[in-house]
Amino acid sequence: MSKPSDDRSAAGRGELNRPAQLVATAAQTIGPYWALIEHPEWADLLRADGPNAGYAGGERITLTGQLTDGDGATCPDAVVELWQADPNGEYEAGFHGYGRSRCDAEGRFHFTTVKPGAVKGRGNATQAPHVTLSIFARGLMNHVSTRLYFSGEALNETDPVLAQVPEARRGTLIARPAGSGVWNLDIRLQGEGETVFLEV
Amino acid sequence: MSDPVGYLKVAPGSQPPLNSPGYGSTHKRHPKQAPIRIAPTLTESLAPRMLERDYPSFADMSVHEGRQAQGERIIVGGRVLDENGRPVPHCMVEIWQACSTGRYHHPLDTHDAPMDPNFKGEGRVFTDAEGNYQFVSIKPGAYPWRNHRNAWRPNHIHYSLFGQGFAQRLVTQMYFPGDPLLALDPVFNATPDVAARNRLICTLDMDIGKEEWALGYRFDFVLRGRDATPMENPQ
Repeated sequence: MSKPSDDRSAAGRGELNRPAQLVATAAQTIGPYWALIEHPEWADLLRADGPNAGYAGGERITLTGQLTDGDGATCPDAVVELWQADPNGEYEAGFHGYGRSRCDAEGRFHFTTVKPGAVKGRGNATQAPHVTLSIFARGLMNHVSTRLYFSGEALNETDPVLAQVPEARRGTLIARPAGSGVWNLDIRLQGEGETVFLEV
Repeated sequence: MSDPVGYLKVAPGSQPPLNSPGYGSTHKRHPKQAPIRIAPTLTESLAPRMLERDYPSFADMSVHEGRQAQGERIIVGGRVLDENGRPVPHCMVEIWQACSTGRYHHPLDTHDAPMDPNFKGEGRVFTDAEGNYQFVSIKPGAYPWRNHRNAWRPNHIHYSLFGQGFAQRLVTQMYFPGDPLLALDPVFNATPDVAARNRLICTLDMDIGKEEWALGYRFDFVLRGRDATPMENPQ
């Protein structure tokens, strides 16, 4: 086991057989007062004065869901971040795929965006259309990340990441239609129906 | 096109566990199932491009609407690097904190301390080409919270950083040297490795400070690095 070290000359010691010289800074909870850096308009990726102003491609959609804890209580003080590809399945190629949504009084996040396309996977694989959601909250020492897929997509059957998720829990990653252009995916942090979180 | 290079594994003990019993709010909010580890795809390898054009910087938190905030003026500066030791240029750093009396400019904060009307507590800066950043603020005060009997958070500043890869996203807190509350704080002490924990404490730096104007503190951030060796368990 390697010991994290303050000694910045540790490079080349071969710890963990890697070229690392430093150890990543410890995360700390975002706490209850992150709203000081809240910009509610960031939840609308297509906002008129934003980086995607005038973007006309793709299908406009709303993504929503309710965030709950181990008691099933809502998490109104949490924040959800979104990261996604454009309708062609490309990242940051003319479409800025970042959004941030504060959960409302019912613990719901809301994003206005465009539906992403299929994204190239590892090797020759193709990934089904998906967005990543990262959750930050009081009581989460570090953020947790998951993916939102769209039900009914044929590519879901062959998506390499979904294939890694036990079938019984796969549904926690698949959003359901909830009205015209609206997709819903609830996120359960703990307990029954706990969302599958992913790490790299 | 070759597959994205993986990230270095998290060094043991260097991150606080999601289940940190000393911090009461983690009890019902930490996932009980282990996360599923995936090989990075473009989704995890790339990151949103946070440009100053779209996210304007404001580096002087000590002045609000032209009026000086109360308290001890400070300059905080340092570098953002990755674990491979490379600087992270053009990295967006968001900053938020309590005012000098330990009160957040936020309706949820009901702590009975005078709120400084001239301190909003939000900042945003970008690193330069060499990964350097700097901002001006006020030393935040300690404040009570209800985690345990007579619980007080040590003086701290919150940060949110966007790196060049999705897995480099970092939200953390910086503490101040010599604070006796550090030994009692369950958030600070949740990180098991003592050295990793202590790296969250900035250092007094008289080169960063400005004579007869502000004290200076140095704080470097390290974001996750890349592992040149192939994944052990490719999917």
